[in-house]
Amino acid sequence: MNIFNMILLGFLVVCAISVSFSKNLLNSILIYMSYSLVMSLIWILLESPDLAITEAAVGAGVTSVLFFVTLKKIRAMQDDGDREESHEQDQGPEEV
Amino acid sequence: MGGNLVQNYGEVVAMVLFGIGFTNLLLQKNMIKKIIGLNIMDTAVYLFLAEKGYITGHIAPIIKNGDFSPDTYINPVPSGLVLTGIVVSVSVTALMLSLTIRLYRRYHTLDLDEISTRLKKEGR
Amino acid sequence: MSRIRDQKKYEKTFAFHFFRWLSGEKDMYVGNMEMKPQREPEETEESIEERMKDHQQVLAEVYDQTKNKELLLFEKAYKFLSILFCLALVAILIVTVSYLPRVGNAANPDNNIVSETYIKEGLRDTGAVNIVTGMILSYRAFDTFGETNVLFIATCCVMILLMVDEDKIKENADSNDRDFEPKNDVILQKAASILVPIVFLFGIYVILNGHLSPGGGFSGGAMIGAGLILYVAAFGFNKTEKFFNEKVYTVVKVTALVCYGCIVAYYFLTGANGLPCLVPLGEPGKILSGGITLPINIFVGSEVACTMYAFYALFRRGGL
Repeated sequence: MNIFNMILLGFLVVCAISVSFSKNLLNSILIYMSYSLVMSLIWILLESPDLAITEAAVGAGVTSVLFFVTLKKIRAMQDDGDREESHEQDQGPEEV
Repeated sequence: MGGNLVQNYGEVVAMVLFGIGFTNLLLQKNMIKKIIGLNIMDTAVYLFLAEKGYITGHIAPIIKNGDFSPDTYINPVPSGLVLTGIVVSVSVTALMLSLTIRLYRRYHTLDLDEISTRLKKEGR
Repeated sequence: MSRIRDQKKYEKTFAFHFFRWLSGEKDMYVGNMEMKPQREPEETEESIEERMKDHQQVLAEVYDQTKNKELLLFEKAYKFLSILFCLALVAILIVTVSYLPRVGNAANPDNNIVSETYIKEGLRDTGAVNIVTGMILSYRAFDTFGETNVLFIATCCVMILLMVDEDKIKENADSNDRDFEPKNDVILQKAASILVPIVFLFGIYVILNGHLSPGGGFSGGAMIGAGLILYVAAFGFNKTEKFFNEKVYTVVKVTALVCYGCIVAYYFLTGANGLPCLVPLGEPGKILSGGITLPINIFVGSEVACTMYAFYALFRRGGL
């Protein structure tokens, strides 16, 4: 069990370092999702099942989905930037 | 240097992860990577707390066979603290992502340096 | 009730003079020194334009990163020093960890009388077999209430930032980012029609059995929220609005928070401990035991589920 624990912790560190060095945003979010899942396994090894269930549902579930939806909104706005800008013209001075 | 460095390897890893997350938050230019760095810092702190509650050989804190002695279960207090923390962390992430979306709509860039330079040129 | 004074009467009072001095609008020389009669400086349009152009040019040149040598040097020094600072921070933390007591030792100072009391008296006081759930919902109910508040406030803030009018939603409904995806994806719909009932059922099971097995309000709520997100992503917002629209969301959220608040207020008035419980504790091991933990689990679970769904819906289309 000790060795398994150490392997999982090493995987965590490798995931965290590769998140900082990857160029593609989509790749870093996927690596973050797997980081969350391995963290959930470590909670089980530390005998706290409540935390494992919550982290699996929240970290690898909802947070990653929110990241993906943000990415989608940003890239979608990149393509029809003109359409968004014409909506934003009226609200521009008030926002800032 | 105290003597427990090798035996507390879990906590050392938690501190290393905290450092990595903090470096990401400080030095990355892309805002989404900064937010990922903050999340990594959060989970590193929860890992540290859960390691504080672990006792070798004891089982999870769910009462079995009417056994009430504290020699059978791990410490349940840090577990309760971390449960709160995980849910607060997702709220903070959602708030930060919505702020990022609004900033992108206004300045059309995710680079924080460029945004601050443009703010200075506008004169604010 | 207060009335607003005339401007002339206000100018004679002490408050007017004080605040004008404080904000820097008072001219120290007017009325104190002999001066020529003042005139407004005459500015033509061209001079104003020139002045603004010069201003912009100066700003552009100072912050131009390719030409300014000092700025480059500062950036490099900043990067080097910040990396050094982060390494120093990690080193200090690791040295501190090496002095901490051994992980897994039963004689650690943090396995003290508090955790012993929770384990020994937990079942007798709260009726919950899961010690952690019993602890956070009765011994430490205020913390959980604060956290539920944080979820509520976070949803309100995200609403302020991202909500758009209903007309704009209908305008964008056809031309939004679903243009670039095939609508009504068959694989996703078939998979969702099998998975979503299982996810909901399991989420409800985890919430209701929070005091008997691992889980509780937060985990179960997150699962139901994730199930709702899957349903919306597969079948679209029109179908989801038939059973989960803004009205249902508001009612569920506010009711859950207010009911939990009333229970916490009752705890506060009767000694901030929640014990002895008004609701009968029942037999440990059955589902209707645990006193007040079962209702609180249901409130917390519904609150978390609504929050997760609201985050997704507000991000995706700006409305619930």
